[in-house]
Amino acid sequence: MASDTTAAVPSPSPGQEGTAPARARGEERRSRRYRRDVRWSPYAFITPFFVFFAAFGLFPLLYTGWASLHQVELTSPNDMTWVGLRNFSRLLSDDFFWNALRNTFTIGVLSTVPQLLIALGIAHLLNYRLRASMFFRVAVLTPYATSVAAATLVFVLLFGRDYGMVNWALGLVGFDHVDWQNGGWSSQLAVSTIVVWRWTGYNALIYLAAMQAVPADLYESAALDGASRWQQFVHVTIPSLRPTILFTAVVSTIGATQLFGEPLLFNGAAGATGGSDHQFQTLGLYLYEQGWVNLHLGRASAIAWAMFLILLLIGAVNWLVSHKLRKGMTS
Amino acid sequence: MARLPQVAQGDDQLTAQRAGRQLHGGRLTYAVLIVFTAGSLFPLIWTAIAASRTNTRLAQTPPPFWFGGNLFKNLQIAWTDANMGTALLNTTIVAGSIAAGTVFFSTLAGFAFAKLRFRFKNLLLVLVIGTMMVPPQLSVVPLYMMVAKLSWTDQLQAVILPTLVSAFGVFFMRQYLVEALPTELIEAARVDGASSWRVVWHIVFPVARPAMAVLGMLTFVMAWNDFFWPIIALTQNGSPTVQVALTGLGRGYIPDQSVIMAGALLGTLPLLLAFVLFGRQIVGGIMQGAVKG
Repeated sequence: MASDTTAAVPSPSPGQEGTAPARARGEERRSRRYRRDVRWSPYAFITPFFVFFAAFGLFPLLYTGWASLHQVELTSPNDMTWVGLRNFSRLLSDDFFWNALRNTFTIGVLSTVPQLLIALGIAHLLNYRLRASMFFRVAVLTPYATSVAAATLVFVLLFGRDYGMVNWALGLVGFDHVDWQNGGWSSQLAVSTIVVWRWTGYNALIYLAAMQAVPADLYESAALDGASRWQQFVHVTIPSLRPTILFTAVVSTIGATQLFGEPLLFNGAAGATGGSDHQFQTLGLYLYEQGWVNLHLGRASAIAWAMFLILLLIGAVNWLVSHKLRKGMTS
Repeated sequence: MARLPQVAQGDDQLTAQRAGRQLHGGRLTYAVLIVFTAGSLFPLIWTAIAASRTNTRLAQTPPPFWFGGNLFKNLQIAWTDANMGTALLNTTIVAGSIAAGTVFFSTLAGFAFAKLRFRFKNLLLVLVIGTMMVPPQLSVVPLYMMVAKLSWTDQLQAVILPTLVSAFGVFFMRQYLVEALPTELIEAARVDGASSWRVVWHIVFPVARPAMAVLGMLTFVMAWNDFFWPIIALTQNGSPTVQVALTGLGRGYIPDQSVIMAGALLGTLPLLLAFVLFGRQIVGGIMQGAVKG
């Protein structure tokens, strides 16, 4: 790195052997360089982030809005015909869009709610003093290391209609075979299961971290007041974790809104339709289908903006809720 | 230079401090945890079992619960059919570059936000955090247009460059350095006349090393498993990542399930290995990022 040659450890500079004015000039130059360095280097350090974000985040974001007002085809992305809001108005009368929106919502609820509830319970258990506690923590996190692709392919097999292990196990206890891929609610449940499997452990660790930050004397005084373990959990742990729970709820909701890989690959060879009857097509998948299967980039952009608006809406609701909660706590 | 005191505590230490007050888990605790752990690990183990069987055996009930003798044959077919060698190499390059870039740029920016004084600092930090809210789907269409225009389709930089910086990374490093890096240390170096870059190189990087390692691992796992953008920017015939190659395996005319499982195993194995070796650090990193994030 070039730094070592410009190193500013006061080294004997040429000026030192010269006359006094020359030395003063050298010193002045050095201090000017030093001031410049102190003043501008913070900007130099943060510039890479902003340059990359501007190029690959902000510009595309705005350009998506621009493209959503045009008819653009994937085959010739540079030919853009202005169509105004037509892409959006078509979306509103598009059954597949509403279907995808509904599916995104139901799959989102089916995956987020159990995921966070189970994570809370597991975190509580991991918070006890345990033998092999590190083993449990690592093991619980392992699904996080699996990719969407690998996980979904395994679950496709486990949820197979004729020979899948889930149906085999259900058969043992006397249930009929469920057609996990072609059913309505069953396919959504199966897709949600993949999400729950991959992310529960991750959230459990986040909760565990928050639990370990709860002051122990809160529990002690609760115990002195005669609170049972369950009451301590409800009245001490949960309130202390409220910000964390809110945080994970927001993150999981954003994740659920963007669900894409699981429904794409759960479909096997059939492509981006989200099942034979679009029964588990999500918004993310619908965007992909419009853009990269039907080649309508303009419409895909409109879907992207619709998703963004939904996220903003969720953000606003979340803000309201947390605001209310905070108010409720102080009053 | 002198080792600095470690400010960040491992959670083991924390546990030890509270040991006296914390209750032991009962038998029920262990039972529930073991069941949950088994559920977490089972699909992975079963991937290996299915990969060691034949396609015909997988189309029978009951499903196999133990390993068969076909593992190496299936791995070999998956390796050649899905071009797994190239895919693994590509993914290593992609995830490695993204992790290295993210760690480097995040440390620089995190240091500036944690310890340096400059105008608009707070506003800019809020901007960084705000960028976390922008979903990747929103930029995927123009990103694709850009990549097509630059003729980057099917080239690895199309996947690397857009993810080279991360707002989470900047925030993570800032939070770490605020506590871990004593301001006096920087001031002392400044008095000695050290340039900013020298401060970064000789003080910030050594102090930040534990957090850099954690951020690097988290970013690597995320980049390795990324799916949405790679499947758009890369094709199965060009230079796929493991995830893209896997989808190709699943879409054959007569998909051979045992081979697909072998491919899934190949794509997951490197990360599982990393989990066995560095699991403790990864867990610590997630928990640390969580408390402060």
